[in-house]
Amino acid sequence: MTTESTPARVSIYEAAAANRWRTVLLIAAFTALVAVLAYFVGEYFAPGGGIAALPFAFAISTGGALVSYFAGDKLILAQSQARELGPSEEPQLRNIVEALALGLGIPTPKIYVIEDSAPNAFATGRDPQHASIAVTRGLLDKLDRTELEGVIAHELSHVGNRDIRVMVLVTVLVGTVALLADWMWRSFFWTQGGRRDRDRGGAGAIIAVIAIALAVLTPIIATLIQLAVSRQREYLADASGALLTRYPPGLASALRKIAADKEPLEVANKATASLYIANPLKDAPAFFDHLFDTHPPIEERIKRLEAMD
Amino acid sequence: MEIIVVLVILGVLALLFIATYNRLVTLRQRVKEAWADIDVQLKRRHDLIPNLVETVKGYATHESTVFQKVTEARAAAVAAGASATPEQRAQAENMLTGALRSVFAVAENYPQLQAVQEFKDLSENLTATEDKISFARRFYNGNVRDYNTSLQTFPTNIFAGMFGFGPEQYFELADATERETPQVKF
Repeated sequence: MTTESTPARVSIYEAAAANRWRTVLLIAAFTALVAVLAYFVGEYFAPGGGIAALPFAFAISTGGALVSYFAGDKLILAQSQARELGPSEEPQLRNIVEALALGLGIPTPKIYVIEDSAPNAFATGRDPQHASIAVTRGLLDKLDRTELEGVIAHELSHVGNRDIRVMVLVTVLVGTVALLADWMWRSFFWTQGGRRDRDRGGAGAIIAVIAIALAVLTPIIATLIQLAVSRQREYLADASGALLTRYPPGLASALRKIAADKEPLEVANKATASLYIANPLKDAPAFFDHLFDTHPPIEERIKRLEAMD
Repeated sequence: MEIIVVLVILGVLALLFIATYNRLVTLRQRVKEAWADIDVQLKRRHDLIPNLVETVKGYATHESTVFQKVTEARAAAVAAGASATPEQRAQAENMLTGALRSVFAVAENYPQLQAVQEFKDLSENLTATEDKISFARRFYNGNVRDYNTSLQTFPTNIFAGMFGFGPEQYFELADATERETPQVKF
């Protein structure tokens, strides 16, 4: 295997270290975004009140980030109607998970099953000690052992690489930005043609224009950051998963089967879609040349897997 | 002026030294942790084998040499587990894998045995354990490789020996056929 030159030859320690930096950078970027947005919201409603709005905005983001960090996995599992497996259920699945966890040097995560015939899977949890992995009944029924191994290896790589922490954090921060922009938008509506602008004169008008532009742009920018991060994480997990099983065709064939299955996953929604191994909302339109996709195109992922040997 | 320059250079060297030393400690610790994973799975295999021998014995009464061989190999592997180096342990475990394979080969000649639930469970468990050993071994060898590589890299190689950092041994299986898990067919 000539893995030295490909990004696949990254140990989970290196990937985890890179993700620690990524987490810090993301929090910094989003904090800046939230701060700018909050400043102009405050400035718009009360001249000189921009600074006063900052602690409020930070409290919201920090609160959201903390809740998702400590309880995000439970919320997501409950929302997906996942049921934890007993110790003697699905011995084949359990053995695969245990063996691959050994190969990554992480503790065996908790295993959940979603009773849905659409084949899909996701992993969640803030670190390997608190990780859970969920697979659908359809995945267990439709995939053979090597394909299942490929999917599990992909999910465990997310756990080992600390991807989930990054993704959960990004999701919450994007949500915060969207929430703030939404509030601001509503306020514009209620104070339309308000006398505040007249009182403030030219400076007030400029602030209003900036505030409106930000209210439109920041949620889009935030979403684009989230989706770009998500797609890049998927490629990396494909690569490290394939490195773990030493059998890229297993995952490639699993992805092909998952893509061929036209049934959408009932329990998935827009918020949780990016967690799954392949987009569970089959009807997602491909506008803006995939700019808004949570996942890279499956054909591209299969092509990259087939290029490994 | 010169004193300051000398002090700065010494300070930088000291920091470099501390960073390298800590890195070696971390890498060696990872090797030890990975070894513990292998150890657990090998012990599990040792625990499963007596039950397997008992179950198969009940049906295959004329195959005492096979049972004796696997029992001896297991005893040797357990003994090696107490004290031996990874290389010696790998050797003992390879003997055991070979002996185990012949037990399964014998079992294939007894159709009634294949229908016994206990035998099915045992062979499934052994196959899974075999699988886990091979993954744990891979992770261990990866960590040994990282550690050994940084030992040999300049400038670490100059002082690694002075502070008691020696290379760790890989846990290797003897040959390509030994890498395969014993095939159990029903």
